[in-house]
Parts: sequence; C-alpha cells; structure tokens
Amino acid sequence: MEEQLLNERLKLNRRHFFSKLSAGIGTLALGSLMIPEVFRGSNLSTETDQFTLGIPHFAPKAKRIIYLFQAGAPSQLESFDYKPLLRERMGEDLPESIRNGQRLTGMTANQTRFPLVGSFADFKQYGQNGTWVSDYFPHIGKISDEICIINSMNTDAINHDPAITFMQTGNQISGRPSMGSWFSYGLGSDNKNLPSFVVLTSRGKGNSQGLYSKLWSSGFLDSRHQGVLLRSGKDPVLYLNDPEGMTREDKRIMLDKVADLNSAHYEDVLDDEIQTRIAQYEMAYRMQMSVPEVVDLKKEPESVIKLYGAEALIPGTYAANCLLARRLAENGVRFIQLYHQGWDQHGNLPNEMSQQAKDVDQASAALVLDLKQRGLLEDTLVIWGGEFGRTNYCQGTFRADNYGRDHHPRSYSIWLAGGGVKKGITYGQTDEFGYNIVKDPLHVHNFHATLLHLFGLDHKQLTFKYQGRRFRLTDVAGNVVNDLIA
Amino acid sequence: MKPSTQASAATLLRRISLDITGLPPSTEDVENYISQEGTLDTEKAIDHYLSLPAYGEKMTRDWLDVARYADSHGYQDDSYRTMWPWRDWVIHAFNENIPYDKFLTYQLAGDLLPDATKETVLATAFNRNHPITQEGGVIDEEYRSTYVSDRTNTLGKGILGITLECAKCHDHKYDPFSQEDYYGMYAFFNQVNEKGLRMDAVQAKNQKYYADAPYISISDDDVKGILSFINKPDTGNIKLMVMNDSVARETFVLERGAYDLPTDKVAAVAPKDILEFSDEYAQNRLGLAKWLTDNRNPLTARVYVNRLWAIIFGQGIVKTIEDFGSQGSLPTHPELLDWLAVDFMENGWDIKYILKKILSSATYAQSSHLTPELKEKDPENILLARGSRFRLSAEEVRDYALATSGLLNGEVGGPSVKPYQPPGLWEETNAGGNRGILTNYVTDAGEKLYRRSLYTFWKRTLPPPSMTIFDAPNRDLCEVRRQKTNTPLQALAMQNDEQILECARVLSTEIASKTHGEEAILEAFHRILLRPPTTDEMEVLNGYYDEYLEKFRKNPEAAAGILNVGRYPSANADSSESAALMMVSQVLYNLDETISKE
Repeated sequence: MEEQLLNERLKLNRRHFFSKLSAGIGTLALGSLMIPEVFRGSNLSTETDQFTLGIPHFAPKAKRIIYLFQAGAPSQLESFDYKPLLRERMGEDLPESIRNGQRLTGMTANQTRFPLVGSFADFKQYGQNGTWVSDYFPHIGKISDEICIINSMNTDAINHDPAITFMQTGNQISGRPSMGSWFSYGLGSDNKNLPSFVVLTSRGKGNSQGLYSKLWSSGFLDSRHQGVLLRSGKDPVLYLNDPEGMTREDKRIMLDKVADLNSAHYEDVLDDEIQTRIAQYEMAYRMQMSVPEVVDLKKEPESVIKLYGAEALIPGTYAANCLLARRLAENGVRFIQLYHQGWDQHGNLPNEMSQQAKDVDQASAALVLDLKQRGLLEDTLVIWGGEFGRTNYCQGTFRADNYGRDHHPRSYSIWLAGGGVKKGITYGQTDEFGYNIVKDPLHVHNFHATLLHLFGLDHKQLTFKYQGRRFRLTDVAGNVVNDLIA
Repeated sequence: MKPSTQASAATLLRRISLDITGLPPSTEDVENYISQEGTLDTEKAIDHYLSLPAYGEKMTRDWLDVARYADSHGYQDDSYRTMWPWRDWVIHAFNENIPYDKFLTYQLAGDLLPDATKETVLATAFNRNHPITQEGGVIDEEYRSTYVSDRTNTLGKGILGITLECAKCHDHKYDPFSQEDYYGMYAFFNQVNEKGLRMDAVQAKNQKYYADAPYISISDDDVKGILSFINKPDTGNIKLMVMNDSVARETFVLERGAYDLPTDKVAAVAPKDILEFSDEYAQNRLGLAKWLTDNRNPLTARVYVNRLWAIIFGQGIVKTIEDFGSQGSLPTHPELLDWLAVDFMENGWDIKYILKKILSSATYAQSSHLTPELKEKDPENILLARGSRFRLSAEEVRDYALATSGLLNGEVGGPSVKPYQPPGLWEETNAGGNRGILTNYVTDAGEKLYRRSLYTFWKRTLPPPSMTIFDAPNRDLCEVRRQKTNTPLQALAMQNDEQILECARVLSTEIASKTHGEEAILEAFHRILLRPPTTDEMEVLNGYYDEYLEKFRKNPEAAAGILNVGRYPSANADSSESAALMMVSQVLYNLDETISKE
C-alpha cells in the first residue's frame, strides 16, 4: 500500500497539475451513518500512532486528579514548613553561608539587608505522626493523617509567569500542553457528556497575579484536550445557553433540521467530517443538559454544605469550586484544575495570608473528607500547592508583625491526598533556616513523573511528536519517586 | 486513480473567493463571473479578487500567526501595546504585491538598508511582536535572552521551516545544526538596544508607555506622507516598537540554553548546511536577509510556496510545514514543490503570480466530492485526485457570517477593535484592576463591532474565545499550522454566539422587509450558501418556516424574544415572518457546508 501510494504520488507531476480534466465521478455510495465517538476531533488519525506502547503502561492507582492550585505562591513558612529558628533569630541577617550566592529577584536584589523573619502564625502538631501545621490552616491540620506533606518541592523559575507555566506544562516558556491536556491525551474521558479537562477559577483578597488561558492550553496536542473553563454564573461553559425565546423543544427541532440537511449533504459529498459535525452537535446538546446539572450545587444536602462551609453556596468562591470539583470527579471528569488567586504576599503577609487561608482551609480539607466518605479518595488524587516558595527573609520594611516575603524557588511545600499516595507522612526536609533542602528534594519534573506513574503512565513513553521531536510532560528529565507511593 | 471532475461553477467561485479574500463571493459576483450557461470565468474572477483590499487582509491574517502578533505584551500582566500600525503595513505590502524577498528583507532588516525609509524601519516591528514581560522583579538578562531566542526560533520555524530551536540547548539530534549554529543565528538578533524589563505594568499604565524602546514615533505628517497606508484615527503620535543594532554585544554559546552560562564566543553566521554564509553577506541582519533570499537558498522559497499550498489545499506538499528537516514528513510531490519554488523565484518572488498559477490549475479546480474508492484508497487526499474540503479558519467563520448578513464593515486597517465577547472573561482572571490597562473588556459600539476578525483585539493571555474555539493559536509563539478540529464547543458557539445570532437576525429582517414566504427562504439560502437549494432542502426549510411562522403568529412575545439579539437595528418588517426566517437562517449558518470550503 505504502509503495503504491508513493508510486501514485510521483505521477502527479507538473503536467498533471495543469492538465485539463474530463474523467467522471463514479456512483456515489452512502457511507456508514454510524456516529463516531464523540469529543473526537478530526486530527485523530495523526494522533493514534503516537503511542509506542499500550495505555496504561502499568496498573494505575489513580483515575482522576483534582489540582487545587494556589496561584501566587503561598508561603511554606506560614503553612507546612515549621522553622522555629526563624523566630529565635528574628531580624538577624540571613547568613551568607546559607544563601550561598543564590540569585534573587529584581525586587530584593538591591536590598542591603536580608533580615530573617519567623512565622507570625503559631504551629501545632496534629495526627498520629505529630505533623506540624500552622494555625492558619486548622482544618488541614485535622486531616494530616490523610495527606502527604512535601516540604522539599523545588523549581527552576523565580518569577510567577515562568514558574506557574513550568508547574503546569513542564516548561517555563509557554507553548507546551498543560498537565491536564497530557492526562486527557493519555487517558481520555470517562464521561461522554462532559469534557475530560475542566478548569475552575476563584480569587481571594490577597495580592494576586493574573491567570492565563495558556495554562490550560493543549499546546500542540489536539485542541479537544484543551481545558474547558467552567465559570460561575448563567453560562458555565462559553456559549452554553440557548438564546432568548428558544425552548429546549425549539432547539431539538432546529438541530433535527440541521442534521437532516447535513446528512443529505453528506450523501452528496461523503466527507466524514460532516458525520463528526452531526455528532458534535448532539454532544453539545447533551452538554447543555449535563453541565447545568453538574454545576447545580443546590441539590447538595445541608450536611455537605456544612462540611465545605457556607461559602460553598456562593458561586465562584473557592469553597463552591471545591464542591463542584467533587461533583465533576464523581461524573468522570479526568482532570479538574482549580486556581485560587491571591497568594503573592510581598508585603502585609500576616494579614493577607490569614485571610487567604481562611478562604481555602476548610473547603480544601472538606474535599478530602468528602471524597473519602464516598469511597472516591482511593483513586482520586488531590494536589494542593503553588508555583514556588517564599524567602525566609523579609522583603521591604521589617516588623515582626508585618512583613513580606519574596519569591523562593529553592524550596516550598505542597500536599497530596488519595490517589495511591502514602498518607500521614511528611516528605523531604529543609535546613533550619528553611532556605535549602537537606533531604529528599522533589523537583517539578520528578513530581510530574510521579503523578503520571500513579495513573499507570510511563512519563518517558507518553510522548507526542511535534516539530520533529517527541515531546513529554517531563521534557528530558524526571524520575518517579517511589517513596511517595503507597 | 483518476482526477475528479471540475467543481461546479458556484462551488469554484466560492472557493476562489474564500482562498483569495477570506470572504464569500457577493451575490453580484455570482452574476458577474458565472455565465448564463453556468460556466465560470476563472481568470477574470481570480484577477478581480486579487485586486481587492480584502486580499491583503486575508494574507495578513496568516502572517499574524507567523509573526506572533498581538495587541498586548503577554506574560504576567499582559497590558497594552501599539503594534497595529505594523499590521497596516503588512496589509499594504500584500496588496501592493511587494515581492516576498523584499517583504522578508524589510521585516528582518529594513532599518539597515542603505536606502532605509520610515516604512522599511516600521516593517522591522515584525521582530518586536514577541511577548515582553512587565512582571516587576524579573531578572533582566533572562528575559532579554528569551526575546533574542524568540526571534531566532521564529526565523527557523516560520521562514526557514527548520526546527532550529532544538539546537538551543544541545546540538540538533537529527538535523545538521550544532548549538554553535543556533547562537550564530542568535547573534544577528542580539544587538538590539532593549531590556528584559523596562517598566512594570503599573508604571507603564501610569506613563502611557505602550511601546518598549527602541521605537519610532508615527506622526500625522508621516501618515499624510510616506506612511499613508496607516489608518490612524486620532491626532497625536503613536509609538511603534522596531529593531535596531545600536548595542554591539558579543554573543556566546549558552550552556543548556541558560542565559547565565555563557561559554564559547560566536560570530553572527547562518547555518552553512543550508547555504554557505560567505563573505558576500554582511555580518548583520541585512546580510542574513540577503542569505535568506538568495536564489541559492534551498529553503526560503520552498517553505513559503508550501505554506501557500497548505492554506489553499488544507495541507502542505510537505505536511509538516514547520519542519523540512529529517524528522518532518517527506514531500508528497517533490517535483511539483521544486518546480513551484523555482517558478516563484524566477518570477521575482511574485506572490500574486504564484497564487494565480496554483488557483488556475486543474488540480485546484477539482470537485471535492469523495467516492467510496477515493475514501478507501486515499483518505487523506495525498494524491490530490480530488479537491480538498475543510472547515474555514476561526476568522473566516465569523467574517463569513458578517459578510453574508450584510453587516461586514469593510474598513481597512487601524487599531484593533473589541466586538462582542462573553462578559467577565478578562475581569475574572486579571491580576487586579490597576495592573495595566487590559483588565476589563469594554465592548466597542457601532460599526466597530462588525470589522473583519483580523482586527479583533488580541490579548495574549485571553484571546477572543470565538477564535480559540476554532483553533486560533494564542500568539505567544510563531505558529505556522493551525489544527482543524471539530468539537462540541464549536457547535455551541455557532448556535449561541451573539454575533452569529445577530447576523441571522439582521439578514432575516432585511429579507422579510422585502419579500415573503418561499421567496424569502430562497433569498436567505442564496445569500448564505451562494447556490440554489435542492428540492429536498427546500421542502425541509419550507416546512420548518411554516411551522414557526404559525407559532410566532400565535405567540408574538416568543418572536420578539428570538429577535432580541445584538445591537444593530432591524429593518422594518413583520416580526413573525422575521423570526421564522431567522430560525431558518440559524439552521443555514449551522450547516457544515456553510463553514466549510468545498
């Protein structure tokens, strides 16, 4: 076949290109009217041969992800990385032996002093293993036996845009597919009426940084793997609502007419794209039913609302998004990406951070408990964390009760729950100053490799060929960290 | 396998019009170029469309992807920049049919030409279209180096069709490019008097700093004179970012591509495996442009002709139009590609000439109808034994609705506009109200709502959803090949986007104000699909119209509801008839045929 094609294509030369044609078309036959699998773009043929091995590569532990992204980078020193020494040496300069000439951002590079500053919030021990958690996060403290705190995350980027892009795509410069797109590409969807990758955004009161649609872009992967933004308000998916004056019945009749005419045209031109189009219109029609249903939180019993907090009833809040995330997970959405803005505390940290924490603490913990009580935590991976950490020294004017912290890529904290991750442990360790990692560093690439592994995917084999190169979420790096896996 | 028969006159005229102007033919065009006997005067039609300003707009749309054009800086705060005068120049350049070698030379090195003018300097804005950070606290050199890399990568991907960027961190694994080659090319773009970060978004907002130095200032006098192609709306100078070579920087190979790990010093030189960069070329961007457009350069003409082919046929002769290297696909018709490239150069890199050549060919004129045989033997149409059939681009889908409804505002050039967009998108994700001037989306009013989509305001971090849903890239990077997906979100946009609904409403009320019943349906059909309906189609639509006419007569409120969309005033017509016809028009706008080039 290949050879035949090659011979044929060589025949189309210059003369052929300009020849006048007279051959007739054969009798048109009616093709299969089977509706192809929905959510199937037209580029599928180029994509199917991309995998070198069957998926999954090995037995998966997790089936879906809820990523509670804390955008702006919450301080690890006021949350999960307890450093009493910083309080003891409050106001002293960061010793050069610790900083060791590491690069600083343009915001503090000109500072003459780097006064150490301890957490304004107190810390307490929780759970069977005496896990240290700050008083800003009491609810998360109470679920410490369910989660795996990692105090040794580290990244290559020192500013928000490249760091958040790195965390979400494995590369600092935009253009690569988002994590959610890779999961959608590798594992597909478990629900034919909802997209496989959904994005939810909310905003706290703290200093925030913008969000960008490139973070949920499918990059060079087929755009059906792109994250679909679910918004609060009357149009949860863009263009979801029918126009004024049109009932569901009207819409059904209209779609039938469209399908009639499209089918008739298909018989004429036999292009399968028309069949796909008909199927996509049907899918859209179903989404118009399924999306409002899944985003309707009013059906949740009072006990659940109580668990997440009263804000869960206010659309667009972090709490509402957490509850919505659980509903999406139940409905088979593969990757649910939340972003909560407001964590960029260059100044006024104690005040802003306590507010930010208040917005997310209860609902984050509630999500884990709620998944657990439904038996979903086992195969749902929850991730909580930002794009980098914050410095152990003060940015700007220093006061023990009011200070700021600059960006710190060398160490930060995140936590994981469920999805086959060990629970009740604290992984990795920083030095007493909370500046350098002294045990079990977890780099972003290794983090990604481990996540894929939990889903039965080998990060070296989940590739996509583009511009002559096989791309991976983990670029050219990444090692699975088996110590994290239960 | 035999070639297919020629497409019908109506199909071919629509195809030609879409390929040259990105717009459907007008109903008058159909009368002018298709004879009573039903034959199309192909040459006359091609010449006509090539002479329209819409031709330059259509060609520019494609070049904006290559040039990663946007109206915002990108990155964190993504505030405003004034790059649109450069877009006006591109439209002008295509319409004036500036030869492709000159078109490239002006954009790469217009400032270095011995006879440089303000126009040629303006063209160099091409290489300032990349994102620029306004995030306070970044490390200056890190970003400056990123900008230089972006230019290098854009030249590789967009113009040379090679994956040069693979050699940024290490020698290319497959193609004969070393890391030294990469930084040799990088050196050409490394002499700009620029900074990684000049001003953060808040400062830039306060100081109205919408162009990062180096820039030129465009005055009203310029626009009366040499820059008369700029559609400048108000008085006052506009600053436009351009290139210069005013800082003599040494260039080093960067270990693993890291800005702070310089190793060996390199000179500005282009990869010898493409064409020896001999002494005849100056070691600056002008020398680079000469090397690039030297007729002995094997890539430049082939890559461009291949892209034109891809725009017209849906896929290139080399399918991977961004990669002519060993990892890309092999050309399906190598002789044809060579011949076209040589013909293009021998005819002075004349873009209109080569387009006309392709569009006049028998291959192009074939019907796109499939047969079971064609489907089985050549599902991807590699052999070109039929015409290609594929969905219109994002911009074309919207423009098609605007044009057929009569709403299209044909003004050429000028600042970008803000048509309808679902509310709240910018507001929900911005970094706070004072971070730049693009934190809130304020929809324009009046005629500005109906400009062609290439003028739609492009904010990189949240591009217009009606564009991205139909596969437009976000313009962070040079892009040469858009996907052609078919998704439920597209179905929703066609059914519910205010713009499409308004088009259906305006078209229907206008027709209903003049004619009624079956004749009105025929008119709507003809306006949207530019062909007569079949008996079966008419039967479906007649029944549908009658059903809804009766419903709306009984329920005038429902008719008023349906008609209540968009801001453009309706013609004075019976509202039940208008609404029933609008239902019909919506069906027509949602047909696969309507948004496909057949």
